[in-house]
Amino acid sequence: MRADLQRLLEHFDGVSFLKEMGDTPLFLVESDLLFEVVKFVKEQMSFSLLLDITAVDNLNVSHPTSTRFEIIYLFRHKEFKQTLALKVAVLDPKIGVKSVIALYEVADWLEREVFDQYGIIFQNHPTLKRILNHNEFVGHPMRKDYEITKGQYCTQTQDMMDEMKPLLDARGLEMERDELMILNLGPSHPASHGTIRTLVALDGETIKAGASEIGYLHRGFEKSCENHTYNQIIPYTDRLNYCSALMNNIAFAKTVEDMMGVTLPDRGIFIRVILTELSRVIDHLVCLAAGLLDMGAQTNYWYLFNPRNDAYDFLSKLTGARLTNSYMRIGGMTHDLYEGWRSDLDDVLKKVDSGITQTLKMIEHNRIYNDRIQNVSPVSAEQAIAYGFTGPNLRASGVAYDLRFDKPYYYYDHFDFDLVVGSHGDTYDRMMVRFEEMIQSMRIITQAANEIPGGEINISDHKIVMPPKAAVYNTIEGMMNQFKLVTEGVKVPKSEYYGAFEAANGELGFYIVSDGSGTPYKVKVRAPSFVHMAAYPKIIENYQVADAIMTLGSLNIIAGEMDR
Amino acid sequence: MDMSHTYYDNADMLGDAVITTKMDAVINWGRQSSLWPYVFGTACCAIEFMATAASRYDISRFGAEVLRFSPRHADLLVVAGTVSYKQAPILKQIYDQMPEPKWVIAVGACASTGGFYDNYTTLQGIDEIVPVDVYVAGCPPRPEGILDAIIEIQKQLHKEPTMQVRNLDFKGKLDES
Repeated sequence: MRADLQRLLEHFDGVSFLKEMGDTPLFLVESDLLFEVVKFVKEQMSFSLLLDITAVDNLNVSHPTSTRFEIIYLFRHKEFKQTLALKVAVLDPKIGVKSVIALYEVADWLEREVFDQYGIIFQNHPTLKRILNHNEFVGHPMRKDYEITKGQYCTQTQDMMDEMKPLLDARGLEMERDELMILNLGPSHPASHGTIRTLVALDGETIKAGASEIGYLHRGFEKSCENHTYNQIIPYTDRLNYCSALMNNIAFAKTVEDMMGVTLPDRGIFIRVILTELSRVIDHLVCLAAGLLDMGAQTNYWYLFNPRNDAYDFLSKLTGARLTNSYMRIGGMTHDLYEGWRSDLDDVLKKVDSGITQTLKMIEHNRIYNDRIQNVSPVSAEQAIAYGFTGPNLRASGVAYDLRFDKPYYYYDHFDFDLVVGSHGDTYDRMMVRFEEMIQSMRIITQAANEIPGGEINISDHKIVMPPKAAVYNTIEGMMNQFKLVTEGVKVPKSEYYGAFEAANGELGFYIVSDGSGTPYKVKVRAPSFVHMAAYPKIIENYQVADAIMTLGSLNIIAGEMDR
Repeated sequence: MDMSHTYYDNADMLGDAVITTKMDAVINWGRQSSLWPYVFGTACCAIEFMATAASRYDISRFGAEVLRFSPRHADLLVVAGTVSYKQAPILKQIYDQMPEPKWVIAVGACASTGGFYDNYTTLQGIDEIVPVDVYVAGCPPRPEGILDAIIEIQKQLHKEPTMQVRNLDFKGKLDES
């Protein structure tokens, strides 16, 4: 344990060290000390980024635990290398714990989600109401005694004025006196890129206050994880960020492998790097094509979308599916690259490159494009950290945080590529950073494809990876391995773990609790889009409706990842 | 001037210029290639719909490229993606806002049946809320699948009487009983 973490123990009597979750130290904090400890962690220990807040329901845990509910807080240091976890035992969910919104703005929605899913109260939270589930929902679905298939019909949507009213009051505005108009942006509108609703109070065209409602695409990913084996979860991860499905596959598989302490052979790692970066390119292509389409630049939509189709042709040849590939498995992947993959991949890269070049030629020095989005909804570096931004949106604000540089995995420190940062953090920067990132990703792909070694793609332990078919049919051991893997799943040793991955939208994290069986006890996704969306109604304030559409596009909110 | 001669000549020609047919056949012939879709895109399937609309798959080859952003202008509701219980009232409202005649395509496993989201969040098929004309299999379907559904709607509507309101007896879970 690092020396400055030791200070936490010295400073508080009610804090004890529990264990290392990988390289994340986990501390147990007494619930009435929580606010003070979080304050210390932020101000004295410089953990400036609050990554996630989630809870665990210990109802089904066989050994006695202190309380039924525990809350977990995950932090990242301002230099981005070190992570830290705090665990609080909740004595009574109805009394709960103190809210940490005063310290971290991003805590607002994170705490609302814990309240919604687990029914734990956060004292002093200004709007502690449901966020993912609808307003007529009864009960808290992530509790272990809530039956997974118990759906509840929603008969009408809420008007959200309970959120808008305090916002107007805080700004000294009155609907009638100031002649404001209330407008719904979304939920179902092509420019909302999925089903997202933002209620805005307008003065003419200018947004005076906004409140967003999400959860329309809440599909119960985390609850489903508790009912499926680790490999069965892979298809669900595809549908988190469906614009870069493979990347989610890889992030999840890597986290579980790290939990078990196994690493892929080099060829497997190189295949994952190539596919990760290709997914990043595809993700950015969709984001930019749709963003440009929103502002009427339709030609660029064809320029960017067609190479994406070529990339999907490559993926469907490799994995059998265009969009939702499910190509990864715990401990490797389903099969090796096909013969002739290299020329196909080079062809895709050439087309993507030409699409980017043509688009940039049209927009780079185009006054309409530049005037339309420069200085729109800028987010300063400090503000971006407070909002919990990661990925391209954070880098656009000038913060050089990229896990591929700060905590390299999969030989990223060995590849030659550049970290892309913006300066203003406005809509323009958020889009242009993505253009440049695609070019950098293609550099990585080329290097990885040039250097890809031969050999195995999967780890050799057949308690984790399926044995070859010949062994299943002809040997008793192979058959047993296959039988156990299919019926019970990959056994992950009893532990808890937080794994982070630099995905297309930012830090994609999986917090997994294993009870030693083939099914996770709990999975929580640290979804970058969720925290980006929380900031959205704040950053569109004082800009116009048309600007807000562009800002939403530039943040690249993917509903599947946001709502899970 | 005596016009009567010319008048009688034209009357003879009318016999070659007019085709007699049924009203339904003419109207449906027009409708077939001018379906105006409203895309209720929620999830992964909406991304594949974007591909369907882009130039490679080119939905306009089937006369359905006039994507409407208001349900009041549309006659084909394409539900592309998972519809949760939270979204159900919105889907119903959008369907109700569309003028008759209207058709509905359920794109993908989720919209058709709930797919593998058999859990507390997801509507187990949008036909609990609105009547569906064509279901498309796949998770998500390839763009060809979506095009196939549009062609299927075109085939179906030829068999329908034009002066009747469709699906009058449909009762969804959110309709008042």
